[in-house]
Amino acid sequence: MSNPRTLYEKIWDDHVVERRDDGTCLIYIDRHIIHEVTTPQAFEGLRATGRKLRRPDMTLAVPDHNVPTTTRIKDGKLLPIDDPESATQVATLKANCAAFGVEHIEMTAPEQGIVHVVGPEQGFTLPGTTVVCGDSHTATHGAFGALAFGIGTSEVEHVFATQTLLLKQSKPMEVRVEGSLGFSVAPKDVALAIIGEIGAAGGTGFVIEYTGSTMRDMSIEGRMTVCNMAIEGGARSGLVAPDDKTLAYFMGRPRAPKGAEWEMAAAYWRTLPSDPGATYARSVFIDATKIAPLVTWGTSPEDVAPITGVVPSPADFAEPSKQAAVEKALAYMGLTPGQRLEDVEVQDIFIGSCTNSRIEDLRAAAAVLKGRKLASNIRQALVVPGSGLVKLMAEDEGLDRIFIEAGFEWREPGCSACLGMNPDKVPSGERCASTSNRNFVGRQGPGARTHLVSPAMAAAAAVTGRLTDVRQLIG
Amino acid sequence: MDAFKTLTGTAIPFGQRNVDTDVIIPAEYLKSISRSGLGRGAFKTIRFNADGSENPEAIFNQPQYKGAPILIAGDNFGCGSSREHAAWALADLGVKAIIAPSYSDIFSGNAFKNGLLAVVLPQDAVDRLLEVATEAEITIDLENQVVTTPFQDRFSFEIDPFRKHCLMNGLDEIGITLQMGDNIAAYEATQKATKPWLSGKAGIERQG
Repeated sequence: MSNPRTLYEKIWDDHVVERRDDGTCLIYIDRHIIHEVTTPQAFEGLRATGRKLRRPDMTLAVPDHNVPTTTRIKDGKLLPIDDPESATQVATLKANCAAFGVEHIEMTAPEQGIVHVVGPEQGFTLPGTTVVCGDSHTATHGAFGALAFGIGTSEVEHVFATQTLLLKQSKPMEVRVEGSLGFSVAPKDVALAIIGEIGAAGGTGFVIEYTGSTMRDMSIEGRMTVCNMAIEGGARSGLVAPDDKTLAYFMGRPRAPKGAEWEMAAAYWRTLPSDPGATYARSVFIDATKIAPLVTWGTSPEDVAPITGVVPSPADFAEPSKQAAVEKALAYMGLTPGQRLEDVEVQDIFIGSCTNSRIEDLRAAAAVLKGRKLASNIRQALVVPGSGLVKLMAEDEGLDRIFIEAGFEWREPGCSACLGMNPDKVPSGERCASTSNRNFVGRQGPGARTHLVSPAMAAAAAVTGRLTDVRQLIG
Repeated sequence: MDAFKTLTGTAIPFGQRNVDTDVIIPAEYLKSISRSGLGRGAFKTIRFNADGSENPEAIFNQPQYKGAPILIAGDNFGCGSSREHAAWALADLGVKAIIAPSYSDIFSGNAFKNGLLAVVLPQDAVDRLLEVATEAEITIDLENQVVTTPFQDRFSFEIDPFRKHCLMNGLDEIGITLQMGDNIAAYEATQKATKPWLSGKAGIERQG
């Protein structure tokens, strides 16, 4: 009998092409998803060296980072992208895909959207696969029991040319989340609670496997939100073992296996969960029953507090370097220690991003907004579905009407104000309740102040014009 | 790629922790389709005021540190996005090596692939170097894996042997991997037999 192995170790072992003496492994990559921002220099590298793209059939392209989210087609005609640099990147992706034989989802196709929403939606992402993309939130695909991680452009070029990556195996880390989530406590709160617990670098060098009853009971969309933010805790990948929900999700997806191949694939997927007795290099336990709706107050995703709490003081932290970081963060955020988080006014609302732009997220926000209006101090409220298919589904359910009647702008899919590469930005000095994943300095635009929250919490802030405990509004 | 052997030079005593890639290079600079010229956006939020004027207080703008080849940072340097533009921007700024207690995994890979040496030293050693950097040059000897100062400080560091070999010889990693083409082809043949659902035009062409 072989030793008990974790989910991560099983996927790793199945993808080793060659093991070097120093422990570095050449790992085969099954799925390479690409977008317009981190690929032009990689294609340029292939051309410069005269190398071929080895597996175009295992590569899928979709523009997402700097596509406009405003109307794209008018009177049957494609509107040009205003920003010339964005337009060049989007056009370059399309031209490169044509030249190297890669399937490219057009900006105007109903399937277009954020890479991490589109991959699973199309059944391109599959359990037990290795999935890479030049984007750190690739960890999202770990929700399906795939080993998925973000790579840099040189690695994109390496995968193009060889369909492999030279990697050192990470250590497996277990984050066990147990218990039922409280009323209006969302998977986003679980993700933030974990980062608050382990810190922004707590997972560095590890691959996290999320286990426990909370994760088992969580929807597929919720698991994606949790895995999406693995990188914000420093882990390059986060995984959840595939189960019946995972299989049900893929059944019938356009690119998922069919017929006899489905049976064969499903049988393989069922062998993937960690063996009883498998060991982890580090284990962290989270009591889900104690998680309240959370918000971030600083400029690192580890800066979290319950919405019922107050802005902390630098003196609350033991480490001098963290004290200095908190002082800077509070100055940037325009907050004072002791200030009640519920008293913090916001001007912008962003519901979207690869963290929270799926149908379940839109439903949660719409449930709060139904029959309500934006507060008068809200300057901009955007809802940006994760893909064209999510958008259509939401429209079928009438969610678009709820958002529009509340005063939100109902946009086309893309990364949007999560990182402000397209025109969707938060102006300097303004404060945004955002369902995205990063509250870094300048992330949503130069001088923008970001508070990370769940979709329901963002909706609640939209209604009151300040950070708000959603539990006060509904229930 | 240039080979990296020994480097002696001015080090920027930056020292901040959790420096994310949005700080190293803001998203507005990600729209290029080439690798060069990103130094102008490096540490933009630190080097420039909101009105676009240069912030003279910023350490990167102090004359003695301009063009310095070594950057000393706090833990978790390069966290956040996978943008390799962060490594390109640092290189374009003139940085050839970084010293910090830890790096994000993605950033350290990106740095290595661009010939930047990312030295890991414990916080107390980094604290000492931050002090030294204000008055003297620092030497990084990759072959002997040691950082030294004119004040007899000597800090050994660990580095992955493969990365060390590539950096010291300026090797192209893709070229090395392509020498294993037969092994890759053999893996693909096995995969096609055991997991047939994975191959074929992004999962679509074989159906129907």
